[in-house]
Amino acid sequence: MKPKFGVIVFPGSNCDYDAYYSLKKVLHFNTEFLWHKDKDLRNSDIIVLPGGFSYGDYLRTGAIARFSPIMDSVYTFAMNGGIVIGICNGFQILLEIGLLPGVMLQNESLKFICKDQYLIVENSETIFTNKIGKKVIKIPIKHGEGNYYVDDDTLKEIENNNQIIFRYSSKEGIVEKQFNPNGSLNNIAGICNKSKNVMGMMPHPENACDPILNKTDGALIFKSVVENFIN
Amino acid sequence: MFKAIVIVKRRPKILDPQGKAVEQGAKLLGFNNVHNTRIGKYIEFFVDTTDKVLADKEVKEYAEKLLSNPIMEDYEYTLTEISSSGENK
Repeated sequence: MKPKFGVIVFPGSNCDYDAYYSLKKVLHFNTEFLWHKDKDLRNSDIIVLPGGFSYGDYLRTGAIARFSPIMDSVYTFAMNGGIVIGICNGFQILLEIGLLPGVMLQNESLKFICKDQYLIVENSETIFTNKIGKKVIKIPIKHGEGNYYVDDDTLKEIENNNQIIFRYSSKEGIVEKQFNPNGSLNNIAGICNKSKNVMGMMPHPENACDPILNKTDGALIFKSVVENFIN
Repeated sequence: MFKAIVIVKRRPKILDPQGKAVEQGAKLLGFNNVHNTRIGKYIEFFVDTTDKVLADKEVKEYAEKLLSNPIMEDYEYTLTEISSSGENK
């Protein structure tokens, strides 16, 4: 059965249409918008929390959006094994609601960064990555607060549980401080929860799907999830 | 009625790049004795009850669930009883 994507629209989301466009018009997946004030996920199989500045990023990124009515449903959906992908601000919302561990601090440089970024697939055995393999992909980042932080014990735990999905790297896949754009711990760019059905990533795969942009590595992630769902 | 003031601060271990940047400005102004500038948040609001225990509980919950994130921040607060016109009692 072909899965259905549900892209949630929060006030201040600005990558919701990018996600919708890439999923529906480029990749031809069944995709629908979901409104933050609703509770109904409308039989979506894969929930996408898009990037942007939900609630103006007031207080902390994602802090207010996580109390949206729809997030109660997303939380239950995720706890029952439903697939959730949080991109950028969506990742920040997943951190705030506690589906993923940690927080995002301001980029070390204090600058908003917008550029293409190489990532190494650190764990290629998740539904998000097992059709990609352990290789380097190029996906754009655009954020001011992507400096992933978590306490030492939790960091050890997520490393040991193979919850790190992507790390910032060089084109050759070298993971070093000089290839880390924002100061995140251990070059972390994307993580998943323990049961590996919820993933958050700072880079924007939805902005690397349309061949007209000359970069399509983002599509690999969505295709991987869909293929796993079908099988 | 109570007036609550909540101060949210980054935990000492957590880097505060904003504070660091502001301190560079302090140095440029010649404030050479200034150090460890840390930027936090000041939040004030009213709590509409005469029950101090209840007010206390609400402020704490508000601070813990929304105003601060315990992974990176600590908070402290004061609660002052005031008359409905906003004067200190």
